[in-house]
Amino acid sequence: MSFTETKAGKFEGWNRPPVIETSDDGELLEVSMGPHHPSTHGVFRMDVALDGERVVKLKPVFGYLHRNHEQIGQTASYLQMMPYTDRLDYFCSLTNNWAYALAVEKLAGQAVPERAEYIRVILAELTRIQNHAAAVGFLAQDLGASGTPLMYAFREREKILDLFESLTGSRMMCNYMRFGGCRVDVSEAWLNAARKVVAGVPRFVDELEALLSSNEILLARCQGMGVLKPDLAVNAGVTGPMLRATGVNYDLRKVDHYGIYDRFQFRVPLGEHGDVYDRYMVRILEIHESVKILEQALKEIPAGPIMDPKAKLRGFKPKPGEAYGRIEAPKGELGFYLISDGGTSPYRYRIRPPSLVNLTILEDMCLGHNVADVVVIFGSVDIVLGEVDR
Amino acid sequence: MKTVEEIKAAIEAAVPVARVEIVPNGSPSAEHSLLIDAAHGFAVAKFLRDDAELALDYLSNVTGVDWLDKEIVEKVKVTHQVSKTVDGVEAVVEETVEEARKHVVPGHLEAVYHFYSMKFKHGPVILRMRTENRSDKVELPSLTPLWRSAEFQEREVFDLFGIVFTGHPDLRRLLMWEGFKDYPLRRDYVEPDDFEYEPTAHDEVLARAKAHQNREQGSGNKDQ
Repeated sequence: MSFTETKAGKFEGWNRPPVIETSDDGELLEVSMGPHHPSTHGVFRMDVALDGERVVKLKPVFGYLHRNHEQIGQTASYLQMMPYTDRLDYFCSLTNNWAYALAVEKLAGQAVPERAEYIRVILAELTRIQNHAAAVGFLAQDLGASGTPLMYAFREREKILDLFESLTGSRMMCNYMRFGGCRVDVSEAWLNAARKVVAGVPRFVDELEALLSSNEILLARCQGMGVLKPDLAVNAGVTGPMLRATGVNYDLRKVDHYGIYDRFQFRVPLGEHGDVYDRYMVRILEIHESVKILEQALKEIPAGPIMDPKAKLRGFKPKPGEAYGRIEAPKGELGFYLISDGGTSPYRYRIRPPSLVNLTILEDMCLGHNVADVVVIFGSVDIVLGEVDR
Repeated sequence: MKTVEEIKAAIEAAVPVARVEIVPNGSPSAEHSLLIDAAHGFAVAKFLRDDAELALDYLSNVTGVDWLDKEIVEKVKVTHQVSKTVDGVEAVVEETVEEARKHVVPGHLEAVYHFYSMKFKHGPVILRMRTENRSDKVELPSLTPLWRSAEFQEREVFDLFGIVFTGHPDLRRLLMWEGFKDYPLRRDYVEPDDFEYEPTAHDEVLARAKAHQNREQGSGNKDQ
């Protein structure tokens, strides 16, 4: 690749989406998909140019759910933003909490007690299971399997949400983690209930796999669909199951060892082809790995405090400086970038959303496919608009 | 991984014209960043990506920061010659007075890039670039030709901060709608007045409405 500047000031040779040849007869049909369409998983719009049924251009349009979350973060105190992070990726509020807590702890040099780390791992892995189950269910829904696989997934997800509710008081907006620990302690009864739920997960996944994995329609519509090459995936900053489906071994739980992830035995499932089916399969396998982590964590969880005694929540003023904390959220790398000027609220509060960055290559994946397959490819990215638009 | 000082030396060896500065980070995270002059930002970034030892193939995070004009008040001791009447005789006496002097450090917009290497699993290397001011000279080189992940994120920075990335293939607003003026994440942004939901126009609202009539939407930044 060479990078030369043209007279127009544009660089040639960048990783641009391929140009699709159009047939000479007939003109392009421009379709606006969304924002209110069940397949867009929220309020998201794609401007698609079609040649017959083939997609020749696709431009995503964002901002329907934009509420300037980052500016709110710069006017509120550090602790006030914790419940707000629940509303980013509202499927995975606990991992959002953790990413934010991690960034603030990095900024202030705050330690976290052992038991709290274990609780965080347990909750994050439960979140991953329910997110991946729902993502697979929604993918099947986008394929036209009306309801059944999604309801199977939601039945399992509901059991996990019940656990969240009994611990934090809320099914989805958990607001549970604090800088230097967690808000309330888990009881032995809760741990037993969690063990029971975790023991039931493999059976559910097997059931889901028996329904879907070798289904003829699913194979026909997912294999070889929306192929993403590993070098483009790395260059475009794609993370999470999307990246690992292309075969790149990059899981922040293994790379950064944030929290206490270096203590657990688990493997990172990798795909080979980078198509929709691999993304589906990586998610299924990640559920199995999460179950492994959960079994270890639920067995080893020690007794002790859940808040660091030196942690200060009210009047919390970190020293001037900055920190970038990132975790492996179910959808990819979720990062928080904070700049402190010594005041009670951050000078700059930035979220690196995995959903938005993973959409960068949506056009590349969809070009040349039929318009009906755009829905499937888009469904396999697994996004939540609360996080894309912030 | 190399330390920030070593990376700075490597950049200076590879791109001798570039000015590199280390921006210290006071927090316990101690992630120091490198400030690159905008003119050579692209060449430096290309070096960081292609260098065999660093191989920063993954651009994780792109963001902007708005630094306002800073007014710094310094107390300076000044000696004046004052004529005074001492013991009935007029004489010129030297007197030292403390005076407050103000000077304004002009603000700037800053783009911050967080790089990692997926190949060697190291990072982060943090790069910063600054614009000359906050009003008319807000151009920075785009890194989208090097890392595709900057495509939407730079559009977002352009949208919310107003940094113009030259060389970006498709620089449009990302989250706000077309035709929106002003940049919502700047520190001096004022929300537009919305009178639609005011049931009665009383004194204070009326005054705001009159002020608003001569003004476009937003805080009135004239640079767009």
